[in-house]
Amino acid sequence: MYLELSERDRSLLAGDLGEAQQLAMELLIAVGEADGAHHLIDIEAAHIDGCSYHGQAGVDFARELVEGGGEVQVPTTLNVSSIDLLHPDLYKGDPALAESAKGLMDLYVALGCSPTWTCAPYQLHDRPSFGQQIAWGESNAIVFANSVLGARTNRYGDFMDICCALTGRAPYAGLHTDAGRLATTQFNVVLPDSILDDDLAYPLLGHVLGQLAGNRVSVITGLDERADEDRLKALGAAAASSGAVAMFHAVGVTPEAATLSEALGDTPAHHVVELSLDALRDARRELTTAIGRLGAVSVGTPHMSLEELGSLAVLVDGRKATVPFYVSTSRDVLSEAETAGVMTPIEAFGVIVVADTCTYITPIMGDIEGDVMTNSAKWAYYAPANLGVSVVIGSLADCVESAVTGSAVTTGEW
Amino acid sequence: MKVDRVLVDGVASGEVLALDAPLSIWGGVDAESGRIVEAAHPQFGESLTGKMVVLPHGRGSSSSSSVLAEMLRIGTGPAGIVLEEPDSILVIGVLVANRLYGTRCPIVVATTTPEAGGVWRITGNELE
Repeated sequence: MYLELSERDRSLLAGDLGEAQQLAMELLIAVGEADGAHHLIDIEAAHIDGCSYHGQAGVDFARELVEGGGEVQVPTTLNVSSIDLLHPDLYKGDPALAESAKGLMDLYVALGCSPTWTCAPYQLHDRPSFGQQIAWGESNAIVFANSVLGARTNRYGDFMDICCALTGRAPYAGLHTDAGRLATTQFNVVLPDSILDDDLAYPLLGHVLGQLAGNRVSVITGLDERADEDRLKALGAAAASSGAVAMFHAVGVTPEAATLSEALGDTPAHHVVELSLDALRDARRELTTAIGRLGAVSVGTPHMSLEELGSLAVLVDGRKATVPFYVSTSRDVLSEAETAGVMTPIEAFGVIVVADTCTYITPIMGDIEGDVMTNSAKWAYYAPANLGVSVVIGSLADCVESAVTGSAVTTGEW
Repeated sequence: MKVDRVLVDGVASGEVLALDAPLSIWGGVDAESGRIVEAAHPQFGESLTGKMVVLPHGRGSSSSSSVLAEMLRIGTGPAGIVLEEPDSILVIGVLVANRLYGTRCPIVVATTTPEAGGVWRITGNELE
């Protein structure tokens, strides 16, 4: 069609850098044309979601790239896999699947990617900065990069992420462009102060946002500095699960929305929606599939940050969990938390630490007798179908209280 | 009738499965059976296998490309996909499967479509 190629693009397409780069460029062009791009741009970093195992197709593709001499051209981080290399005994699934998953992880490392194994690459020290063009996979990472960091990526799926990394290029379309980042939908959040102080408000807000915004860029008014990075992470992860949200603005909070008109680009929103406490209460009901006996607690979806582990350490200090309590985080954050002494009270509480993967994508929790409580709307969204469990959603503090008492406790004005 | 855009070229026909809500193939569909397993989805329990799947756009996980490719590999994938808006996560999944396994699953964007129900056929930029 009409995709203009640079001299280097043509050289990659001709196979001058090897078969893997050639295949990557062919696919990049095909997707770029589907996206309506007119040319490709340089990217400065990539994050690969394709390293988590979802069947033989992913392995076949990665093997073809490795055998074709593939090597990433930009710093590239890797998403979670289905096994925890630090705690391999946690895995309770089919050993053959674990073998295949491990094989896929090795293939991506062989392509030159860094073995970070986290869905929250924005918690690593060398995260992208404002305005950088990047190609990220993993829906929660994509929405965080665009919304909170102000870096620029489209919603890249598995395979496309590594094609961008192998070529150092991405189609110039959508969220890579100034125009593509302007909000077309506006959400006016009208919530009591006590709710805005409550962690639980943010994943619930994200869940509603995803349902209503679909794949559109939206702008939220009515949030303030209480919406810190961890709360925006929870909001974005939820919105990218219930919807196809790849970017949102929060006026006065996120970097491309100093004012409402900056986020909208001086064009009034096509849709303006008011979100009150009722909408959040509905979301909470929707995400809570049962309240019976508490079987386990799982937090850290997306991976817990050092700050969140710090909050958890304070909440659990001197107490004991009476049900299995899982915390998912990255190996990098875990190592920092260990050095800072944050993990000592958490371990004393009886937490099962999961790194490199997450409890909702792989059989780690085993047979749970009772409901699972989580502070993550993303976990609550996917776990019932993935694991066959029923879920209760609550704040981190509620998750700790519930684990201590052995039954689901919900505080706050819900 | 002419489609708005061809995202992945090809020829396919299949019984229409019109989805009333966006779908995350990862987490929302069981690759082995081809069925929608997301309990809250309006078409919960329906099979995508061999169908002409009509949906507004994708949703959720970027792993949907991998799951879609795997479905096409094992033969539980859709015959073709008709979208209201482009979705590159679905496009790359199909392109990779087509390349690795010689499958043929066209994807088009069409805002005007034939009446829902029955069998639809995609031939390049024609949908009937």
